Amino acid sequence: MDLAGLADFVAALWSAGYRVIGPTVGDGAIVYGEVRSLSDLPQGLTDQQEAGQYRLVRRNDDALFGFHVGPHSLKRLLLPPKERLFTTIRKGPALTVVPEQIPTEKIAFLGAKACEIQAMLTQDQVLLGGHHPDVQYLARRRNLLIIGTSCTSAGGTCFCTSMGSGPSVGEGADVALTEVISESTHHFIVEAKSSRGAELLSPLRLPSASSSEQQIAAQQVAAAAKQMGRTLVTDGLKELIAQAMDSSHWDSVATRCLSCANCTLVCPTCFCNTVEDVTDLAGEHSERWRRWDSCFHEDFSYLHGGAVRQSVKSRYRQWLSHKLSTWIDQFGRSGCVGCGRCITFCPVGIDLTAECATLQARHP
Amino acid sequence: MKASPVPKIAVWKFASCDGCQLSLLDCEDELLQLAELVHIANFLEASSRVESGPYDVSLVEGSITTEHDRERILEVRRQSKYLIAIGACATSGGIQALRNGASVEDFIRQVYAHPEYISTLRDSTPMSAHVSVDYELYGCPINKTQLLEVISALLQGRKPRVFSHSVCVDCKLRGTPCLTVTRGLTCLGPVTHAGCEALCPSYGRGCFGCYGPKESSNPSSLVSHLHEHLGVPFVELRRLLSSFTTQAAPFVEARKRFPPGT
Repeated sequence: MDLAGLADFVAALWSAGYRVIGPTVGDGAIVYGEVRSLSDLPQGLTDQQEAGQYRLVRRNDDALFGFHVGPHSLKRLLLPPKERLFTTIRKGPALTVVPEQIPTEKIAFLGAKACEIQAMLTQDQVLLGGHHPDVQYLARRRNLLIIGTSCTSAGGTCFCTSMGSGPSVGEGADVALTEVISESTHHFIVEAKSSRGAELLSPLRLPSASSSEQQIAAQQVAAAAKQMGRTLVTDGLKELIAQAMDSSHWDSVATRCLSCANCTLVCPTCFCNTVEDVTDLAGEHSERWRRWDSCFHEDFSYLHGGAVRQSVKSRYRQWLSHKLSTWIDQFGRSGCVGCGRCITFCPVGIDLTAECATLQARHP
Repeated sequence: MKASPVPKIAVWKFASCDGCQLSLLDCEDELLQLAELVHIANFLEASSRVESGPYDVSLVEGSITTEHDRERILEVRRQSKYLIAIGACATSGGIQALRNGASVEDFIRQVYAHPEYISTLRDSTPMSAHVSVDYELYGCPINKTQLLEVISALLQGRKPRVFSHSVCVDCKLRGTPCLTVTRGLTCLGPVTHAGCEALCPSYGRGCFGCYGPKESSNPSSLVSHLHEHLGVPFVELRRLLSSFTTQAAPFVEARKRFPPGT
């Protein structure tokens, strides 16, 4: 598929009733916004990432998906930062509960990276896996079409290969793209990953990719796997963390940690939220809202009489041990997909991979 | 709150700029409804009519800087069922607390033509240093939405939705990419108490900490990082931590860790 083909595909998605969301440039970063045409995409831009640092920089080509991950994630779309759950209206003694409408908007997400899709599947397990699936999330999830893009380069804080979640787009996508760009060509290898994806692609009558084109694309994705900016050694990590609860290393992290919650809010798998009631002055109209919350907040562990996790040390330890150890006990997989957002967006650059390496070195 | 059918509210001013109590007048749309639900017994910004106490709720703005005010706040406390300190001055001593630790006599001599007419305390102190405070609302000025929330909560007998977490949380809820991480700007958001809905960062300006420290605030770590990784001079960081809530304990402590000469 060439650029004109991709433009047709975007137009076809809009015609099919999808609102197309994808990477756009905003506030000095690649953030998720509406994609009406290819000009909305971050053409020729990429991100340079290090612990506590993200910079938007120009690439030496015109790639549309040549970025890694940014401050936003699919979580914003599927589990919005703030969401009303229901409304209560009081008239005299009568109380009416108005349930919230189940979301019906169809969204096509263009340009989801492999780690992003794996993070979504991780959240699916949490929010849909039990006896009581989250109805709002379920509706949004069913109405979401995913067009993934395999990475052909890795960012400075990426470690998806350590977590087995990338860089190649696999399960969870409806369509997978690999962008191939050189002096002579700029095209996409397209693969239908679901029947819905195949249905949307078939009217485009795309030519079949030659085996050499497929091979070049696969080589570029394989090259990205070798460029990971970070590594996490996961062998024995779950057990090590469980045994290192009393390690003095947690104290060392606590001297640097700001408990500002940035890591948990940018994390595409962190799902913790709080539920709160709002009323008008007269108490006639009240609403129940759900809002993102974080295990880094003192209030988060508040029980009768006080917070269980008063120290920052205990909050960091809770986050890291849940993400990399007890998550596996709960859900049979790690809570980390190796996207590196927690490292990049920590205002003081605390690096989960480095903290784990220190724990591993101290407690062999 | 079940004190009287229509709760009696009083607004008091101490050493301050009036900005916080103006937030109440700024409520515009909600003000008429509020006036129906509460009886405003004392609010000099709105009316010269002053009714005597006791009051169900006193909103107190400003810091204590004179002997006269020190006595006055004791009387306000005695007359009030709930005392709510509003704003950076009433909760931390305000920007006027920059004089704490310096020579007030020198300031008076330099500023006033007739220093002999000035009678002032050495330090500017928050309400909590003098009386027990039932609730504190931070900010310079406070956020009118938060003020209405606290009043609503009191009227409904529920817990106010006021959070002690960082400003960063509100940037994330809004979707504002981190200014420090993406642009290298100095921002006190990670150590500052939320409440402003991340107003400054949403306009591309780093937080200057007017709400004071968040719970478990760790400004020393942020100062070290901004200095070492972004090259922000310590003198600038000390100044940033000595503005509207200059006397807030975590900010004082961080300044002490990086004194002039470091």
